[in-house]
Amino acid sequence: MAAGIFAIRRDWGGGAVAAALAALILGTLAAVAWQARGLSGLGPWDWRAVWFTLWQAMLSASLSALLAIPVARALARRRFPGRALLVTLLGAPFILPVIVAIMGLISVFGRNGVLNDAFRAFGLPEITIYGWQGVILAHVFFNLPLSVRLILQGWQSIPSERFRLAASLDFAPADIARHLERPMLRAVLPGVWLAVFLVCLTSFAVALTLGGGPRATTVELAIYQAFRFDFDLGRAAMLGLIQIALCLAAMSLARWIAIPAAFGAGLDQPDQLTGPRGWRRITDTLAITLAAVFLLWPMLAVTMRGLPRIPALPADVWDAALRSVVMALISAALAITLSLVLALSVARSKSRLIEAAGMLPLVASPLVLGTGLFILLRGTLAPQSLALPVTIAINAIMALPFGLRALIPAARDLRADYGRLADSLDMQGLARLRLLTLPRLARPIGFAGGLAAALAMGDLGVITLFPSDQPTLPLKLYQLMNSYRMADASACAVLLMAISFALFWLFDRGGRLA
Amino acid sequence: MLDLENLHVTRGNFTLQANLSLPAGSRAAVIGPSGSGKSTLLAMIAGFLHPDQGRVRWNGEDITNTAPGKRPVSVLFQDQNLFPHLSAAQNVGLGLRPDLRLNHAQKARVGQVLAHVGLEGMENRKPANLSGGQQSRVALARVLLRARPILLLDEPFAALGPALKVEMLRLLDQFTTENNTTVLMVTHDPDDARAFTPSTILIEHGAAHPPVPTEPLLDNPPPGLRAYLG
Repeated sequence: MAAGIFAIRRDWGGGAVAAALAALILGTLAAVAWQARGLSGLGPWDWRAVWFTLWQAMLSASLSALLAIPVARALARRRFPGRALLVTLLGAPFILPVIVAIMGLISVFGRNGVLNDAFRAFGLPEITIYGWQGVILAHVFFNLPLSVRLILQGWQSIPSERFRLAASLDFAPADIARHLERPMLRAVLPGVWLAVFLVCLTSFAVALTLGGGPRATTVELAIYQAFRFDFDLGRAAMLGLIQIALCLAAMSLARWIAIPAAFGAGLDQPDQLTGPRGWRRITDTLAITLAAVFLLWPMLAVTMRGLPRIPALPADVWDAALRSVVMALISAALAITLSLVLALSVARSKSRLIEAAGMLPLVASPLVLGTGLFILLRGTLAPQSLALPVTIAINAIMALPFGLRALIPAARDLRADYGRLADSLDMQGLARLRLLTLPRLARPIGFAGGLAAALAMGDLGVITLFPSDQPTLPLKLYQLMNSYRMADASACAVLLMAISFALFWLFDRGGRLA
Repeated sequence: MLDLENLHVTRGNFTLQANLSLPAGSRAAVIGPSGSGKSTLLAMIAGFLHPDQGRVRWNGEDITNTAPGKRPVSVLFQDQNLFPHLSAAQNVGLGLRPDLRLNHAQKARVGQVLAHVGLEGMENRKPANLSGGQQSRVALARVLLRARPILLLDEPFAALGPALKVEMLRLLDQFTTENNTTVLMVTHDPDDARAFTPSTILIEHGAAHPPVPTEPLLDNPPPGLRAYLG
């Protein structure tokens, strides 16, 4: 509604960030394609990888989103001791370093895991975590909590005044669902599904460790194999282009489905909700308990194994830990700044180009991004000196879409609710940032920063492409595992997990308290 | 003098045109059926909506392209007049400096204005801890403090009880008379118009008509207005 002239003058920041992102992501892909000197054809193996990628991503996203609804609803309308802790822990599997999480899943669902021990004791057939079912299991493990949190934010975005109004009108749960919850879900779910779908589409470490072979190879894994084993850059570039086409198709599809929620602002009155009584209390309890067990068990299994060994960890592990923390903090600061600029810009303009640019990192694979940068920069700078800065930058960029998922709706609401008032009071620039934007968006900013810090902390991707004598903590863990120092590796995993969680908790908590 | 010169705006099926003047210090009610464009008219004067054609002038100066916060205008909205995370004093202080870096004298001034609207001692309360009437007073206090020559009222008292509304209008009456403020007030209540605004702008059939005296208009309304008033 604001006059076009005002909007254009203020919007250069978002446009510049968006353009730089697009240049970096598309530029690195172009570099890979150029290096390939033309695109090679794809064999049946590659097409099978394309099909498996789509199929597993759809199944993983649908399972995560559907299972998340009852859990989010239960968490939204129930209050119990430990609820705040559980909500914080719901961020855990997503920010849990992938390699640590996979160790945890294997210790529960693997050949010598707790489940198979029990099955054997009862004479039941064993299950195997290796293959497509393991890939799906790991993806749901990682993405169910993210889905719950995003849907829960949707629930919390319904002002408590609305629920009070519903209570005063004697709405039955079905009426609340129809008038309040389903409109919210219709607005939130496509975005959630899409976020998970895209994560699974570009998921690499899970397929590498649990999948593989003709029946469970993703495009991403095929790209890696083309690089590392065959050094067939043409095939890798072709697969990279296919992956981008898949992601772009999915994103344009979701643009049609997504309907923004039109809830007004609440006055920040404390929640005084009481959920429905009767059998719904039992199903809510069940939903919360099952989700908690599924998510906590693998992490507890790793902790039990590694915790006692932490005091015995060698000094170079602690050096790596400190290095990783510093890198993660820089990455998070970068990610917060970029995503805030983008989110505010998206909220101001009706153009979807900037939002699409912010979502581009979902389309890009960090592997292609890192390789592209390696190709572009290897002539000018020594790879060793590139390792840490490139890792910091790519980690910040890869965290953007997740921060934007939380920040864009909040920035839109902020603008819809208080944009006119702030405009009429001439609140501009830094004053508006300090007095309106930061305090009103503190929660999603904290969440976004927590995600960025923890993802950067636990990332084991780009860093492996660059030879470095300054390993990050995940790389150190990987090196320990490769040299079969499993006791140290377990302890290192616990340390890595603890630091990642601590970083997320600090940011998220900071945002809630602000 | 506030001049709306051949203003024209189209949004989908909705159109509104306005070609009228309001003398400085005058007050006009804006009356018309729901969806006729009462809020749209105010949004164009406030600067939230840019007209497709025409100019907005204040004392001859063209403010059509002026940013909302730079216009000689204060607005009281139907709701969302206060920031929930800021205290009453901060919400009022924004009227003096949008960055809230207030000096001692300015802080004292905020306290005085809050006391003037009957909110002494409530400076540090957040809106959630104020009643609806008190929230309206905070918003009103900010309007008093800004003392812009044009005041736009977009049904800000619609949710208040009759006694509170009368009280608000009394405070506004006193303030706008003292400051010779030009007032446009969107209202659904003919009694408010009779009591507070000597002239009335009727919005009908996509056009805002020039202000006419309120009493004769309401005593003998044209057919469209008659149907609306019931």
